[in-house]
Amino acid sequence: MMNQPSPRKFWRWFDPRYRQIGTWAFILNRITAIGLTVYLVLHLYMLSKLVQGPEAYDAFIALAKTPVILFGELLVIAAGLIHGLNGIRVGFNSFGFGLQRQRETFIVLMIIALAGTVYFAVHMFGWA
Amino acid sequence: MKPTTWTITLSISRQSGGAPRHFQEFTLEVNPDEYVLDAVERVWAFHDRSLNYRHACHHSTCGACGMVVNGVEKLTCITPIREVTRDRGTLRIEPLRNFPVQSDLVVDMSAFYQNMEASKLNSVSPVEKADLPIDHPTPAAPAVDAERLVDCIECGLCVSVCPAAATSDSYVGPAALAGAHQQFQATGEISLLDWADHQDGLWRCHSAYECTAVCPSNVNPAWRIMNLRRHVVSQRIRSLFGAKEPRP
Ligand code: HEM
Repeated sequence: MMNQPSPRKFWRWFDPRYRQIGTWAFILNRITAIGLTVYLVLHLYMLSKLVQGPEAYDAFIALAKTPVILFGELLVIAAGLIHGLNGIRVGFNSFGFGLQRQRETFIVLMIIALAGTVYFAVHMFGWA
Repeated sequence: MKPTTWTITLSISRQSGGAPRHFQEFTLEVNPDEYVLDAVERVWAFHDRSLNYRHACHHSTCGACGMVVNGVEKLTCITPIREVTRDRGTLRIEPLRNFPVQSDLVVDMSAFYQNMEASKLNSVSPVEKADLPIDHPTPAAPAVDAERLVDCIECGLCVSVCPAAATSDSYVGPAALAGAHQQFQATGEISLLDWADHQDGLWRCHSAYECTAVCPSNVNPAWRIMNLRRHVVSQRIRSLFGAKEPRP
């Protein structure tokens, strides 16, 4: 018999077709959660360069200033804003607060996340 | 006035005996104000008597005719064709997701019904406990408690649409959790909180809120799950300080 739940159907978490805004929030939260966790591991690895002395760390800092890495860091900031702001929404909703307005809250929070990301982009890339 | 006639194609998921599923197409003339279930019945009556599907009351009380129509969970007896397609359009009809398919559009809902039973949801409840958008009517004979059927018709649409239910067959699902909430509201029975308070219960929900979006009966399972979480947490905190009963 097909069609029953299975862990192999995890791709359905990420399928927004025919779904509502709540699914978009869930998908973004999951993807950004994975992104932030991967970043945390990378971040700790990079910091471990400190124990290899100033040369290794300076070489890493030079790399971190390249546009590709800066763009990656901007994604981390965007992910942090999306996940953190939506996480606050989910936290409140989880105990019944603001649930009837969850759609509107999500839209407002994502506008704030976008504005925050643009603000950081302007400063990081020296456009200001 | 002559009734409008639309020509539509039903693309119906067919599957039996463990064979892989395929879609079979039937082109029909319909009145767009008929319901999707009427079109499915016509396929069975005039095109293919081997088509399996569930239906009973045709007025959204029995919860038997839930299907996935063009990607969205619908109670087909109350879904007008006009709402889900257009003239010369297609209706892609699939069985509910997250339930084993028995044949064509029929799914095995036994585990679902067991969860509903475990939630202890009574099928009738006092009128004064109902969330009605009207003033509660005064019973004609006040000595008799007026009762009504609870809103949940056990159609399973909420389980079919839930992303958490897609990957976990041990998750009790939105309908049963909403049932436990409703029963808890009516009785204050603490064992219902214990039943719901575990990883395959209340805490498996990840707030996509799709259950409430597809519910054809205004149960609002998402709100009920969240509200039950609040009761569970408040009960746990109170029991730390020695309280045994929930707050009235
Ligand atoms: C302001 C900071 C944060 C808040 C408010 C927050 C909030 C939340 C909430 C409420 C959830 C549960 C979502 C759900 O029920 O589906 C969650 C999940 C998660 N968070 Fe965060 N979070 C924050 C920061 C972080 C950071 C910095 C990381 C990683 C380094 C992280 C990693 C995760 C992971 C892996 C999950 C599980 C994802 C899932 O189940 O879909 N979070 N977060």
